[in-house]
Amino acid sequence: MSLFQIFDVSASAMSAQSVRLNTTASNLANAESVSSSAEQTYRARRPVFAAQLQDALGDGTAPQGVEVKGIVESKAPLVKEYNPAHPMADKDGFIYKPNVNPIEEMADMISASRSYQTNVQVADTAKNMLSQTLNLGKG
Amino acid sequence: MAISFDKAFGIHQYTIGARSQRAEVLAANIANADTPGYKARDVDFSALLEQAQGGQSTAVALTRTNEQHIAGGSSLDSSVMYRTPLEADTGDGNTVDINQERTAFMENSLEFQTSLSFLNSKISVLMRAIKGDSA
Repeated sequence: MSLFQIFDVSASAMSAQSVRLNTTASNLANAESVSSSAEQTYRARRPVFAAQLQDALGDGTAPQGVEVKGIVESKAPLVKEYNPAHPMADKDGFIYKPNVNPIEEMADMISASRSYQTNVQVADTAKNMLSQTLNLGKG
Repeated sequence: MAISFDKAFGIHQYTIGARSQRAEVLAANIANADTPGYKARDVDFSALLEQAQGGQSTAVALTRTNEQHIAGGSSLDSSVMYRTPLEADTGDGNTVDINQERTAFMENSLEFQTSLSFLNSKISVLMRAIKGDSA
């Protein structure tokens, strides 16, 4: 029964979306992590999604789940701020702030949680379809 | 007089198989709504149904001319095709329109349930005939 495969596909999407939520949480948590050098400063993280690789012998029509290829750091410039009174300021009086944009992160968070929700609904519908099939002829 | 289950159940015994296959393809589209480069797909339902009904797949059998050859179970399933996107470019090569896919998934599952309830009523008619109940 091919309906069982929907669970695998939806579950892979759900875990991918939760990785996305995790990185967003990490970005938001570290949005104010100030440091005194560019190397030590936190950079925004983003997961890279890809469709799961097809079975080499397959025909390319099998349903594909989502795979998280990895997490990359944002290349956007860091925020360099002149603040000599800050305890973390370097010898020139600069502090470095992460390249995290809280508005962007919030939008990403909403998008991730909506996608997660949709996949839960898909799995739930598949479950109903299966249990109704199992009850076929009973009533 | 023998009961022909095949005739009694009609088309619906085949449609549920085709519907569940379509559900799978649509679920994959929804799952990959945020995957860059993913192309949305759908099935040609009538082709799928024909395939299910005739019991014939469009599989291309590969002949093994040597014992060491890998048994290729490759089937060129012509029923799964790429969807033509409504939007020309979304920026990342993804052609999933989540609204379209969700609606299609919902519609498909309702049609699945319709087929199931048709089958259920056919079964209860048969049961009644077998038991000889007048009720």
